[in-house]
Amino acid sequence: MQGYEVLFQGNNFLRLLGGLWVTVRIALISIVFSIILGIFLGTAMRMKNRAVRAVCRVYLEFVRIMPQLVLLFIAFFGIVKLTGISLDGETASIIVFTIWGTAEMGDLVRSAFSSVPKHQYESAEALGLNKFSVYLYVILPQAVRSLIPNLINLSMRMIQTTAFVSLIGVTEVLKVGKQIIDANRYDAPNAALWVYGTIFLMYFVICFPLSMLSRQLARKIKRS
Amino acid sequence: MDWSFIARYSPLYVKAAALTLTIGAVGIVLAAGIGLLCALARYYKIPLLRQIAAVYTELSRNTPLIVQLFFLYFGLPKAGIVLSSEACGIIGLAFLGGGYMSESFLSGLRAVKREQIESAESLGLTGAQVMGYVVFPQAAAVSVPAVGANVIFLLKETSVFSAVSLADLMYVAKDLIGMYYNTTEALTMLVAAYLVIILPISVVFSLIERRMRRAGI
Repeated sequence: MQGYEVLFQGNNFLRLLGGLWVTVRIALISIVFSIILGIFLGTAMRMKNRAVRAVCRVYLEFVRIMPQLVLLFIAFFGIVKLTGISLDGETASIIVFTIWGTAEMGDLVRSAFSSVPKHQYESAEALGLNKFSVYLYVILPQAVRSLIPNLINLSMRMIQTTAFVSLIGVTEVLKVGKQIIDANRYDAPNAALWVYGTIFLMYFVICFPLSMLSRQLARKIKRS
Repeated sequence: MDWSFIARYSPLYVKAAALTLTIGAVGIVLAAGIGLLCALARYYKIPLLRQIAAVYTELSRNTPLIVQLFFLYFGLPKAGIVLSSEACGIIGLAFLGGGYMSESFLSGLRAVKREQIESAESLGLTGAQVMGYVVFPQAAAVSVPAVGANVIFLLKETSVFSAVSLADLMYVAKDLIGMYYNTTEALTMLVAAYLVIILPISVVFSLIERRMRRAGI
């Protein structure tokens, strides 16, 4: 049997898609949490209080310097050791990717608010809008516009980075692929080439539209 | 914290860090080379090469390193191409990084204003002089922050090398946890090792960036 036949045998292709969904689901849940917490972090980073800003800064830098896989190891192996609470791989992943995503999102929120020129705040106040209205009608729409392309880009990176979770034993697309390859070891010895090639293309099919969209939106904003 | 454990096993980490750094450095240098070539092909709109560079950039940027590594390490041997773990690590990192570097260099090149090139030409500079004295220095300055971010990103990505059985930092940590269950010590050393590797690089790049900004570039 040829390697590519394995892909369409039984429900193998659906199983691969199911495996992909496991990582995409982790990415989506983490990104939703990251957006919510990131808005708080971004706001905290713009506070005048130096201590708050310093704490945020240290958190951001630490998360940016540590590989996500190290954070995953800490959550998966370290937390059990310290607290006795055993997290399953998926929960540990969602926690870690939320911690990472919150840091990135916080920085995006901070820079989105900083990118709105100061005269926008001042003009809005001069028109007699109160603080709440200034933010709701003037600042927020502009900040959100510049935030959206970066947010899409972050989601794409999140989907790519969650491919790591196979290394802490979550059964996602690479694991499913390996199961399929192992099951057909004798019938289709070259299945690995086709299965991993397919997984490669699957990621491309998900991530490419997202990066195109993010780039086009960014270009559109730059032009206006 | 068991300090004697740390003392006993820290040489393993040093060895693993050396491996991560060696493969990382080779991969990143290759990535910068590939990225520069792709950026030039796209900047000068060289037919065919430009399309190849664009397709390659998208393929490498839109797929995770671990999937690329699995394809290289487990997939390609079935097509008769057998690569060692080290070769897979280097090729994978160069493939991934080339796409990111290409984007950074290209946006640097495109940031140089047309007037700069036109003025240089009107001064009678040859094509090569325009590139060497006018375009490249400005483009390089603009791409520094993005290239720095890429270098750090790629070094962090090396953490998946254990998936193709390279004895890197993650591999050593996992091994020690599995064998002795000294999880706290093994993880502390892991975090320390990555801090020691990546923090100085991050600081150096932000210093260069600040200097560039002060120079008004």
